[in-house]
Amino acid sequence: MSKPYSDIPGTIVFDSDQAAEGYYLNQFCISLRLADNRELFRADPEGYIDQYPMTAGQRNAALNQEWNLLLELGGNIYYTSKLAAYHGINFQQLAGLMTGMGEDYRAMMVGGGRSIEGNRYQSEWEDE
Amino acid sequence: MAYISSGVACSHVPALGVASDKGITGDDYYGPIFKGFEFSKEWMEKEKPDVVFLVYNDHCTAFDARVIPTFALGCGTEYVPADEGWGPRPVPVVKGHRNLSAHIAQSLILDEFDITIMNEMEVDHGLTVPMTMMFGQPDEWPCPVVPLAVNVVQYPAPLGRRCFALGKAIRRAIESYGEDLKVCVFGTGGMSHQLQHKRAGLINAEWDARFMDLLVNEPDKGSQIEHIEYLREAGSEGIELVMWYVMRGALNDNVEEIHRFYHVPASNTAVGHLILENR
Ligand SMILES: [Fe+2]
Repeated sequence: MSKPYSDIPGTIVFDSDQAAEGYYLNQFCISLRLADNRELFRADPEGYIDQYPMTAGQRNAALNQEWNLLLELGGNIYYTSKLAAYHGINFQQLAGLMTGMGEDYRAMMVGGGRSIEGNRYQSEWEDE
Repeated sequence: MAYISSGVACSHVPALGVASDKGITGDDYYGPIFKGFEFSKEWMEKEKPDVVFLVYNDHCTAFDARVIPTFALGCGTEYVPADEGWGPRPVPVVKGHRNLSAHIAQSLILDEFDITIMNEMEVDHGLTVPMTMMFGQPDEWPCPVVPLAVNVVQYPAPLGRRCFALGKAIRRAIESYGEDLKVCVFGTGGMSHQLQHKRAGLINAEWDARFMDLLVNEPDKGSQIEHIEYLREAGSEGIELVMWYVMRGALNDNVEEIHRFYHVPASNTAVGHLILENR
């Protein structure tokens, strides 16, 4: 399968391969949409997550809130954002964490967002 | 007979729903956005469609990873706003139009669009935010809605040209429905945005403007935009914009652009909005 998008920097396209790899991770994350499940997870995080047969790497990344790694291991942002919400982190704060910009992220958005210039190709990032 | 009078393109940023529900639509951050939709609410009051056909995507709410239909048509009598993790939005239940939905479903499949039929479906911000932006905060939504959910979460989303062709089939379906109904078609989502990984926050205003120009005036050309261009130029989540082409396909080749609004940012996203009338 050709992946012409693999040279876009700082971007994990959630394609069929990623989706297959991340299936149980994503199903764990989305289960936290419901309040009852959030309570069960709060009461026993390890016991709760073990209902989902994900890899040890995915399990650690989820428990340690490693947001970029979760995406690299097959997570999708619409799913991982439910785990973030469980921790009281909204979409914009989550972006601050994933970009390593923290509070500066919001200011960048108010200033018009991240420019496309210099952000189209992986090679543009490697030059830096 | 039923007919399509107009189309609306509208971003569905969840933060706009939150702003409306919390009553902070006049503050410095959200004020300029809601001001851009004041015209639209007035226009909608005059337009008074009998039905809204609303193209949107579900964000792992009605569909999680277990089932991922590319095109799913709502055929129910009502659609309840879902709990997306912060409690359901305090907006009215969305009423469906079961007879029109049933007719469209049958017509589309015989027209070679093999859609999924949803007799029960919760709806998320993808559907309710455009309703809020166009209708405000009524006690009941003023008309029933036929929802069409499109997969844009797991790559690949349907191609722009496929969405455009589906829009044309939806038009044939609506125009062959016996009852006199005026239908307004919404295409939602976008504009440029990326919510994930290190490139999050990407906005491409120039590309967005060109996208809108092509959509309005040269849709045959614009519908050929490839997925790689959406991903690279409009951000990984900007690919939602293919849904605008379902709306555009349902309109005449020639349309009049009644209103255009563009603003950066709402949360992580460029907000884009168009009102198009059949000419
Ligand atoms: Fe969306």
